[in-house]
Amino acid sequence: MSPPTGTSTTSVTQGFLLGCRTAATSVFAFVITVTYIGFGALCHDYGLSIGWAMLSTAVQWAGPAQVILVTGLGSGIALIEIAVAVGLSSVRLLPIVVALLPLIRGERTKSWQLIVPVHFIAISVWVETMRVGPSLPREHRIAFSNGVGVTLLTMGVVATGVGYHLQAALPVLFGAAAMFITPISFLVSVARGARLLMEKVALTLGLVIGPALALNKVEFDLLWTGVIAGTLGYGVHRLQRMRSAAS
Amino acid sequence: MSFAMEPYLALLLLGFLPSEIWRWLGVMVGRGLDEDSEIILWVRAVATALVAAVVARIVLIPPGALATVPLEVRLAALGIGFLAFLLVRRSAFVGVLVGEAVLVGGVLAFGG
Repeated sequence: MSPPTGTSTTSVTQGFLLGCRTAATSVFAFVITVTYIGFGALCHDYGLSIGWAMLSTAVQWAGPAQVILVTGLGSGIALIEIAVAVGLSSVRLLPIVVALLPLIRGERTKSWQLIVPVHFIAISVWVETMRVGPSLPREHRIAFSNGVGVTLLTMGVVATGVGYHLQAALPVLFGAAAMFITPISFLVSVARGARLLMEKVALTLGLVIGPALALNKVEFDLLWTGVIAGTLGYGVHRLQRMRSAAS
Repeated sequence: MSFAMEPYLALLLLGFLPSEIWRWLGVMVGRGLDEDSEIILWVRAVATALVAAVVARIVLIPPGALATVPLEVRLAALGIGFLAFLLVRRSAFVGVLVGEAVLVGGVLAFGG
C-alpha cells in the first residue's frame, strides 16, 4: 500500500516489473477484480457472450462506459445515444492523459509511440503512476505505467470471465457492491493523491457542482463540472501564489 | 454481415471508439506541454474535478443493481468510507472496505 520507498529502477524491464508489482499490491487489484466480476455477471444477465464481455474489458477499459454500453444495448435506445453516453462518461480520460504524459514521456518520445501505452491509462493507472512515477528515472516511467496498466487490465479481463461464470452463484447484493466500488475507490484514491490545495478544492467543488448540474439535468454535466470546479481550484492556486509572492 | 457479428460491431463503434478517442485526443492535446506548465496544473485540477463529478453521478444516479440500494445508504457508505480513509492513515484500502461494509450492512439492515 505504501509507496515502494527506496525502490529504484536500473532498466526498462525493471521499470515494467515494478509497475506490475505496484499494481498487484495496490488497492486497485482488489477494486478491478470486484468491478469486473460484477461486469462479467452483468453481461451474462444481458445475454451477451463471454468472449464479448472479456473483449469489452480489453478494448474499452473504462468501467462506467462498459456498464452504459451493456445496459444501453439491452434497453433498445438509439445507437447514437448510446455512443454519446459512452463518450461523455469517458471524458475524464482526456485530462488524465494530458496530465500524465508530461510525467512519463521522454524528450525524444514520438506521439505515435504513445498510442498503445495510453490505451492502458485509466484512473487507477493515473493514480499509481502519479504516485510512484516522479521517483523513477524518466526513461523508465513509460515502462512502469505500462506495467501497471497491463497487470490491471489482465486482471480485469480474467475477472470478467470469472464473473460471467459465477453469475448464477453471486448474491443479488454483489452487483450493487461491485458498482459501488467504482465511486468509493475513485474518491479515496484521488483524495490520497491530491497534495495541492488546488486539487483538494477541485475535488470538493466537483462533489458539490456535479450533483447540482446532474440533478438539474444540465447537458454535458460531467464536462461542465470538470471545467468549472477545476478552473475554480486552479484560481485558488493562483491566488495563493500571488499572496505568498506579495508577503 | 452475419448476426453474430453485430454485438462486436457495436462494441467497436459504440464502446471502443467513443472511449478511446479521448485517450488519442489527450496525446494530441498534450504534445509538447511541459510538466510544470500552468496549463498542466489547470488540466490536473480539471481531471480531479471530473473524477469527483463521476463519483457523485454514480452515487446519485446509479446504474442497474446499485439503484436498488436506498439513496441514504449510498450516501452514508460514501461518506463513512471517506471518513474512515481520512482517519486511518489515509489508506485507500480502509476507505473502500469500510464504504462497502456500510453499503452491504445498510441494505441488510434497512432493505433494498
